[in-house]
Amino acid sequence: MKIVICIKQVPDAKDVRLDPQTNTLAREGVQSIMNPYDRHALEEGVRLAGEQGGTVTVLSMGPPQAQEVLREAVACGADEAVLVSDRAFAGADTWATTHTLAQAIRTIGGADLVLCGKQAIDGDTAQVGPGLAERLGFPYATCVKKVLSCTDGVMQVQRLMDDGYDTMAVQLPALLTVVKEINEPRLPSLKGKMKAKKLAIKTLSAADIDADPAQIGLPGSPTQVVRVFSPQARGERTIFQGSVDEQVAQLARELQQII
Amino acid sequence: MDGFFADSSLLGINKKLSGGEPHRKGGVLDYFLTEEQEMIVDVARRICDEMIVPQRAHLDETEEYPREILNAMAQADLYGLYIPEEYGGFGGGAFEMALALEQVARGCTGVATAFAASGLGAYPILVSGSEEMKEKYLPDIAAGKRFAAFALTESGAGSDASGIQTTAVQDGDHWVLNGTKQWITNAGEAGIYTVIAITDRKRGARGATMFVVEDTDPGFSVGPKEKKMGIRCSSTREVILKDCRIPADRVIGRQGLGFITVMKTLDLSRPGIAILGVGLGQAALDEAVRYAKQRVQFGKPIISFQAVSHMLADMAIQVEAARALVYAAARHVDAHPDKASKPSSVCKTFATDMAMKVTVDAVQVLGGYGFMREYPVEKMMRDAKILQIYEGTNQIQRNVIGQELNKEYTK
Repeated sequence: MKIVICIKQVPDAKDVRLDPQTNTLAREGVQSIMNPYDRHALEEGVRLAGEQGGTVTVLSMGPPQAQEVLREAVACGADEAVLVSDRAFAGADTWATTHTLAQAIRTIGGADLVLCGKQAIDGDTAQVGPGLAERLGFPYATCVKKVLSCTDGVMQVQRLMDDGYDTMAVQLPALLTVVKEINEPRLPSLKGKMKAKKLAIKTLSAADIDADPAQIGLPGSPTQVVRVFSPQARGERTIFQGSVDEQVAQLARELQQII
Repeated sequence: MDGFFADSSLLGINKKLSGGEPHRKGGVLDYFLTEEQEMIVDVARRICDEMIVPQRAHLDETEEYPREILNAMAQADLYGLYIPEEYGGFGGGAFEMALALEQVARGCTGVATAFAASGLGAYPILVSGSEEMKEKYLPDIAAGKRFAAFALTESGAGSDASGIQTTAVQDGDHWVLNGTKQWITNAGEAGIYTVIAITDRKRGARGATMFVVEDTDPGFSVGPKEKKMGIRCSSTREVILKDCRIPADRVIGRQGLGFITVMKTLDLSRPGIAILGVGLGQAALDEAVRYAKQRVQFGKPIISFQAVSHMLADMAIQVEAARALVYAAARHVDAHPDKASKPSSVCKTFATDMAMKVTVDAVQVLGGYGFMREYPVEKMMRDAKILQIYEGTNQIQRNVIGQELNKEYTK
């Protein structure tokens, strides 16, 4: 199974600031990290490849310094790393990004499974996963919290919903976006770090991936940020399992902790 | 103080030192680590900061064995650091192991003890085992699939190892072991035990033999988990051998080699205990400085009072002196394993006495808060005490050093 994980280098959430003029993120002088949801996508990919057999390729669109997160992904178990990088990609919104990533995946020979984090913690759109699936013509499932099975080219997954979870099946090749509940990402290993240091990261330009100039970078991005605001917060939910008696006992325990 | 460091950074001095990195905050010297050695520090540091520090208070409170953290350390390849590459290890030595242990101990000495104990259990196989025995056991130990444990101490045999009562009697192509080992770290969690037993009491120091005993062997069992003052998450139990029958090929090296193997093992492993003192001392210093900067009394942060800042300075001096000594001793042990006794005793004694003193001082700097379990320094003080006791009390270490001095000056 060929698994491609899309990862994004994002500013560390600890020091995020907004540029008041443009309503976009100020990235100057901010420490960069791997998007936290992407760590879970990577872990799931490495786990699945170990269980099913296969390779894990990490893919990122970004400036040359995005190599850092790709190397970290290799240190955490990925086999290969590809960076799509070109000045022409600068200023891309999710429309342009999905075109670029789709072209890159085609260029490296396609994939049986593409995994993405639910969303990036900087843009927070959650559009790139589904958008990329559309571009590739893959079925997809978002907010996956558990992979139940993967047999005969069909994956059974659980999707985290506000009011519980959905179980669904997707036919491979497919794309999944994952939530943090899916696993506990591993930390870099010594052998992984040594491999990451030596690994030559494949870098692809706009020309290399045969990108449509009208669909990349700022000129290919129809998005305009009009206003930024915080949505109303919704509380955490817990669903009790088991018999009625067990559920009542759990509820009583929870209530006692509050009191 | 600030002015001095600002000036030296203008000269570009600080840039060359590793001292600027977060994990070396409070450190003094550059030890010119290779890129691979820096990677070891980095891998272990992240496990410390992201897994151990958030869980240590819980582990101390519940005395739960840190299986999840140890598995993560195995996945990060830390269990094979000192094991040769041909047996699936990293091919490093006591120094590489020390670099990892220092970071782990900075988080929790209990976790670090559980981790280090597997190394202590593996060393007898490494120093005296046959090729077949190494091939059989070391790859699993290097991968962290099975943990190891070292079983020497008995109720009547602590500092005086000649008091061992456990016996092994040959019976055809098997050995039958009987006896009870006490305070065995990792007992009940490990799968592979290196055990010393008397095979011929008449032969004195040559009458003891080491064996590999597996947890699945008939007649093997462990006692309940001991309740300890510190390093509470590590597992300490009796190992009970009752007509424990093992095949003849479990003899480590050959019959009669037991005490020599034990001595060689401890010479190699003691820098590992010494470095636990360094990691722990550094953690106590970190907490004390952080607290002294933010605690305001008489209208000023208490670090601005000389009484406090001199205590912190003394702590920093002692931690760095110990680090420099242990690093040098570990490198010496790797280069001259046959002349390791004195350096390993010297560094173990100095660094662990230092850890006791520095953790006591850290509690003093934090005052009443330091005495509260809500803050981490009281645990550090409790954890420090065992370092002066296990793997040879510091009094026994001084005996070794004294005897060496006596010998050297007689020549």
